[in-house]
Amino acid sequence: MSRVRVLVGTRKGAFILTADGKRDKWKVSGPHFAGWEIYHMKGSPANPNRIFASQTSGWFGQVIQRSDDGGKTWTQPGTPPGEPTTGPGGMPKGESNKFVYDTSAETGKPLTTHQFYDGSQHPWEFKRVWHLEPSLTEPDTVYAGVEDAAIFRSKDGGKSWQELSGLRGHGTGPKWQPGAGGMCLHSIILDHSNPNRIYIAISAAGAFRTDDGGKTWKPINKGLYSKYIPNPTAEVGHCVHHIAMNKKRPNVLFMQKHWDVMRSDDAGDNWKEVSGNLPTDFGFVIDVHANDPETIYVVPIKSDGEHYVHEGKLRVYRSKTGGNEWEALTKGLPQKDCYVNVLRDAMAVDSLDKCGIYFGTTGGQVYCSPNAGNSWKPIVRDLPAVLSVEVQTLR
Amino acid sequence: MSGPATGKIRIILPPHLRGLAHVKGELQLEVSGTPTVRSVLDALEANYPMLTGTIRDHVTQQRRPFLRFFACEEDLSHEPPDTPLPDAVVSGKEPLLILGAIAGG
Repeated sequence: MSRVRVLVGTRKGAFILTADGKRDKWKVSGPHFAGWEIYHMKGSPANPNRIFASQTSGWFGQVIQRSDDGGKTWTQPGTPPGEPTTGPGGMPKGESNKFVYDTSAETGKPLTTHQFYDGSQHPWEFKRVWHLEPSLTEPDTVYAGVEDAAIFRSKDGGKSWQELSGLRGHGTGPKWQPGAGGMCLHSIILDHSNPNRIYIAISAAGAFRTDDGGKTWKPINKGLYSKYIPNPTAEVGHCVHHIAMNKKRPNVLFMQKHWDVMRSDDAGDNWKEVSGNLPTDFGFVIDVHANDPETIYVVPIKSDGEHYVHEGKLRVYRSKTGGNEWEALTKGLPQKDCYVNVLRDAMAVDSLDKCGIYFGTTGGQVYCSPNAGNSWKPIVRDLPAVLSVEVQTLR
Repeated sequence: MSGPATGKIRIILPPHLRGLAHVKGELQLEVSGTPTVRSVLDALEANYPMLTGTIRDHVTQQRRPFLRFFACEEDLSHEPPDTPLPDAVVSGKEPLLILGAIAGG
């Protein structure tokens, strides 16, 4: 029978929630990496028992963890105990938590500056990994979206990381700026139909696409309108919060921007607004039904100054028409005195016949709907603030 | 302040790093040469590679800003990293403390 494994990253550790295909009775394991911020965990489609985790701390920096047994045990891919950690020149070897921007003459780009909060230019500084995206086909290959914004790739199971510097260095970097959460590369989408195509999104720069496996990148923000930047239709500078795709229709993308829900039918070349009748079109998450590429989900948030759900009601909004026409999904969700947020990587969908939808809140609840959003139940109610939710469908 | 390279250095890590290194309580490490903050961290990272990058930057080798080094009720955080450690640390009478800043969390 099919099973699901929900990977939850929180402010104070990781949790793994498992159930059979009914998604009714749940087993909870954790906290793993107790006390650390787990920005993201994701399993490899090529080897579902392999899971990568981004463990991070403002005090102690970045750590990458990997499990090869479905989350039962974890190791840091890298130098085994007892081996020297520095090479002949005294430089550290390529441990798994080492993310260094590529400034080499051969493949790198100069470490230029980006725009800071006050408008001045500020040097690029690595802070943490926001998102890990394992390859669709190679279990040892995984991509990492980092703050300050850049994309890295590991081809050895997370032991060492190399920047795909064509993105950071493609030319518009000095116009990128941090959002409230930092200048993060938070979304990575691999195209099932085209191994050379990758989409990413940066807050606050916008969405970008490569069609040559990461060597070169171009902004794909035509149609976005952001009234909080000097030129509302600028090529870059937009605070994109998340992007999502249904693998069956890889040219159709959906975006939750700072304000506005957007849709592209041509691989990001052009966007149009599909906020329609949403009560507010500010928000962070957006996701697409696994079996119906025209059914999409968002959780409207009151405003950029009030990061909690509108009117004290936790409502997921679903559109079965690819946007514009939205319905509130409330059954099983608190409809008064609720003031949680749902962060950008904290919604996921499984791929069972009856598509399951999952999301986690800053109040520590993780909700599951086993019926595409018609009704919801909390899997857990009292975790630390949820940073990310991913789900694996295991057959 | 200086001492011969003989005894073991006692080190107390902050709780998060004890968890990461899978150790409980304080550590004791052999350090070759004159014990300094640098040589102690070199020995620490050699024995516990998972700690590399968590106390000092991978590339610059600078102390991470929210971490401090203390020993014998003195703040060693801003001493040059090759400064010999106090005799009481070298002799094992006192530990070297690595502390996280008390902020947020």
